[in-house]
Amino acid sequence: MSHPLIKLENAGLSVQNRWLVRGVSFLVNPGEIVTLIGPNGSGKSTTAKMALGISSPSEGKALRAPDLQVGYVPQRLNIDWTLPLTVRRFMCLTQKLSSMEIVTPLERTGVAHLLDHDIHSLSGGELQRVLLSRAIALKPDLLVLDEPVQGVDINGEIEMYNLILAIRNELNCGVLMISHDLHLVMAATDQVVCLNGHMCCNGTPVAVAETDEYKHLFGNRVAAGLAVYQHSHDHEHLPDGSVRHADGSVTDHCHPDDGHHHGQEKSDA
Amino acid sequence: MLDDFFVRALLAGIGVAVIAGPLGCFIIWRRMAYFGDTLSHAALLGVALGLLLEINITLAIFTVATTASLALTVWQRKSTVPQDALLGILSHSALAIALVILAFMTWIRFDITALLFGDVLSVTKLDLAIIYGGGALILFGLVYIWNRLFAATVSYDLSVSEGGDPDKVNLIFTILVASTIAISLKIIGALLITAMLIIPAAAARRLARGPETMALSAAAVGIIAVVAGLFSSLQWDTPSGPSIVVAATLLFFLSLTPIAARFKTFLFRNNIEERP
Repeated sequence: MSHPLIKLENAGLSVQNRWLVRGVSFLVNPGEIVTLIGPNGSGKSTTAKMALGISSPSEGKALRAPDLQVGYVPQRLNIDWTLPLTVRRFMCLTQKLSSMEIVTPLERTGVAHLLDHDIHSLSGGELQRVLLSRAIALKPDLLVLDEPVQGVDINGEIEMYNLILAIRNELNCGVLMISHDLHLVMAATDQVVCLNGHMCCNGTPVAVAETDEYKHLFGNRVAAGLAVYQHSHDHEHLPDGSVRHADGSVTDHCHPDDGHHHGQEKSDA
Repeated sequence: MLDDFFVRALLAGIGVAVIAGPLGCFIIWRRMAYFGDTLSHAALLGVALGLLLEINITLAIFTVATTASLALTVWQRKSTVPQDALLGILSHSALAIALVILAFMTWIRFDITALLFGDVLSVTKLDLAIIYGGGALILFGLVYIWNRLFAATVSYDLSVSEGGDPDKVNLIFTILVASTIAISLKIIGALLITAMLIIPAAAARRLARGPETMALSAAAVGIIAVVAGLFSSLQWDTPSGPSIVVAATLLFFLSLTPIAARFKTFLFRNNIEERP
């Protein structure tokens, strides 16, 4: 196997004498998907930031391969309203791209129609799609995705995860992902790192799911059989805002009595 | 032509506006207006020290402003005092120390008003050379770091992760701001430099769809303010620096009116309309 893209060795970060996370060790190899899971405040984003070099570990090491091209989708991106910024300009934020290189990734996430819109006018889900497009457009060696589908509608989520898998296969890039979606994590990930202020366990999804720590952390949800996807819609919201109904027709909007189930969508993401 | 004091004043003011516009955009985007203010007060200390040590005033201002900005950067990391308080301490202590030093130097006849509000009508050919030479260097530096600085402004985290080295470009930016203050202090005065940095940039916000157009618009607004301000100063015998700032302020309020929106539509009529 080739050299790892990222290597954390017993890494930990403390801020004002409080450990945000410690004792984290894992590798991300090219072509491999590593997912960080754990409850809120368990140090997932902190771990990702150490891996990216945004924070230097207070103990242990966080090593990156030289000349590593990273594509990063941060958990939050607050762009000051004083900054005039179109989606097109935002795509070229850290690297110059040709028109093709800008449009193609936006088409793949379904938001190419927003190309010349101001970034402040996007909804949360639209911004998330743009962020993923920008990260992919860099043709990265390593994609780091901090809850990449937050705010994205449930059908869009599956499409975006499929896209991430497709990109991994095309570029053979490593993927370091933070996700609350255990269903997907268990299905599509090569390695799971389970955090709760420290590294509880780490390994293949199957191995991790059998550990006591994992059962302790996620036991109830696992027992519930991950019923998140078991309900179905009779229509589908397309990224441009139109609606495709069960009979194949497409309309601009849908009404509550059309059979849509907002109340039942996943609420714990 | 350069022998006419008014032509020299116009050229000097336009030179300052062209540098201050694009730099001012970053000051607005990064919410550094008070930081700019602090550096210009530190610049007064530079003037006092320059006179005391008998070295070139512009060089002394540049040195003191750069030192102050570096000290702030380091201090911020270690201090438990909030940033605005830190800026206030530095800003006012620099001003006070400068005035005390100047008071001790009884052998120097000194026009404090010129220092605070600028004296654009006394610009010499050497001043012009400093503005245009130094200004060209500053703009060259800004263009050189533009993309990385912009990325670091949008998101420090994205910039670090994707190899942008934001700490380095932030440092260069700070030095560029200190240089701008050094070369424009004589023209616009310590109390009004920040105005030249932020008012044209703020006026340009409503005219622009992208960072680059905002920077160019800010320079254009600054030039209009300088020309309008200096001519009205000549007409009504008002002080030149404040007249320029008043003109810039009027342009800012104009940018808030529907006229500006119509102007913007005119500029970008080939592009897709923005969503409300």
